[in-house]
Amino acid sequence: MVGKPKLHYAKGRGRMESIRWLLAAAGVEFEEEFIETKESLEKMRNDGSLLFQQVPMVEIDGMKMVQTRAILSYIAAKYNLYGKDLKERAWIDMYVEGTTELMGMIMFHHFQPADTKEKNLALIIERATTRYFPVYEKALKNHGRDYLVGNKLSWADIHLLETILMVEEFKADALSTFPQLQAFKGRTSNIPTIKKFLQPGSQRKPPTDEKFVAMALKVFNS
Amino acid sequence: MSGKPKLHYFNGRGRMESIRWLLAAAGVEFEECFLETKDDLAKLQKDGSLLFQQVPMVEIDGMKMVQTRAIGNYIAMKYNLYGKDLKERALIDMYVEAVIDLNELLMTHAFQPADKKEQHFATIVDKATNRYFPVYEKVLKDHGQDFLVGNRFSRADVQLLETLLMAEECKPDILAKFPLLQSFKARISNIPTIKKFLQPGSQRKPPLQEKDVPKLMKIFH
Repeated sequence: MVGKPKLHYAKGRGRMESIRWLLAAAGVEFEEEFIETKESLEKMRNDGSLLFQQVPMVEIDGMKMVQTRAILSYIAAKYNLYGKDLKERAWIDMYVEGTTELMGMIMFHHFQPADTKEKNLALIIERATTRYFPVYEKALKNHGRDYLVGNKLSWADIHLLETILMVEEFKADALSTFPQLQAFKGRTSNIPTIKKFLQPGSQRKPPTDEKFVAMALKVFNS
Repeated sequence: MSGKPKLHYFNGRGRMESIRWLLAAAGVEFEECFLETKDDLAKLQKDGSLLFQQVPMVEIDGMKMVQTRAIGNYIAMKYNLYGKDLKERALIDMYVEAVIDLNELLMTHAFQPADKKEQHFATIVDKATNRYFPVYEKVLKDHGQDFLVGNRFSRADVQLLETLLMAEECKPDILAKFPLLQSFKARISNIPTIKKFLQPGSQRKPPLQEKDVPKLMKIFH
């Protein structure tokens, strides 16, 4: 049975956002079912839909997939965004793990108490500009190509763009010392499927706000 | 240039242990270079060996690979421990990711402040016996096969065994209610490469002792 993938999550970015990005970039239409109350989450847990009692969960190709990375790897491989061989995959994995770490810091930031938020934000920006961005800047500079790996659009590029835009939401000039990344951002944002996803009215979710954090803590904290 | 993979990490389990398990299970000999001081780490960072300034780092097939998952994926694929197709890989990934979550809990136990330790232990036991173990018990029960995925030895089996043993170190009778996991444990432990890895003198690392925590904190903080 072939239908559109169906995403089960809260109505916000969280761990599902990278999955939305990847599907959108691959030009795959998807449906979403939003979990808004503790009761609906409990219902899913009780009916056996969630292998480890957690979301994200994505119904795709007859499976109820859970675990963000498992889902992302499946989508990347299925839609040819995972390189052409083992070595390219290794590089894509390394790059994605780097941006995942940075994005994880941002995700975690939203749930920090108010008094540590500012210090935490400073750490995010420091890590972004001294540990992570330089790696991708150098990779692009060294091979001079449009994409991070194998001269072809891959999961690594999509994930990097998502991360760059998220960091810029905190510090608009975060890319000021990274000319390659600026050009990369411009270029990759213009890929038709991604351009479409970046337009208002798409399934891209807005930046996480206090309201979402409060809801997430209420519904998902267990 | 083909040589043995070379692992760079401190002389302990941490994030490198799953990689040691995977290489050992695949029958791949490897060398280790242990970081003992902050200077050792700094040296690696300065000479550009660490893509994101972090370990684990594994020199393999001409690459200096970093990021535990990337390394694990590469080894699993290379040595045919990753299923036969995309769907089997999906299942293996789901099982492995959950095991990694449980591992994180187990790994961080030694670092908990004294006043949080008991609560943390309770959380480990609760999650292990209510969230994770029942899933693997059911998987084995439903298909009745020896291995988790595709009736064939895979990375999922290796990582689950590693975690079962770690959980037992935490609470020896933690598998009491899981007969199939008990027989799985015995069966997988008997696979020749794994049996060898479980014997004294192998490159498997012992559990982190509380006395070693301060030294570790000094290197990595």
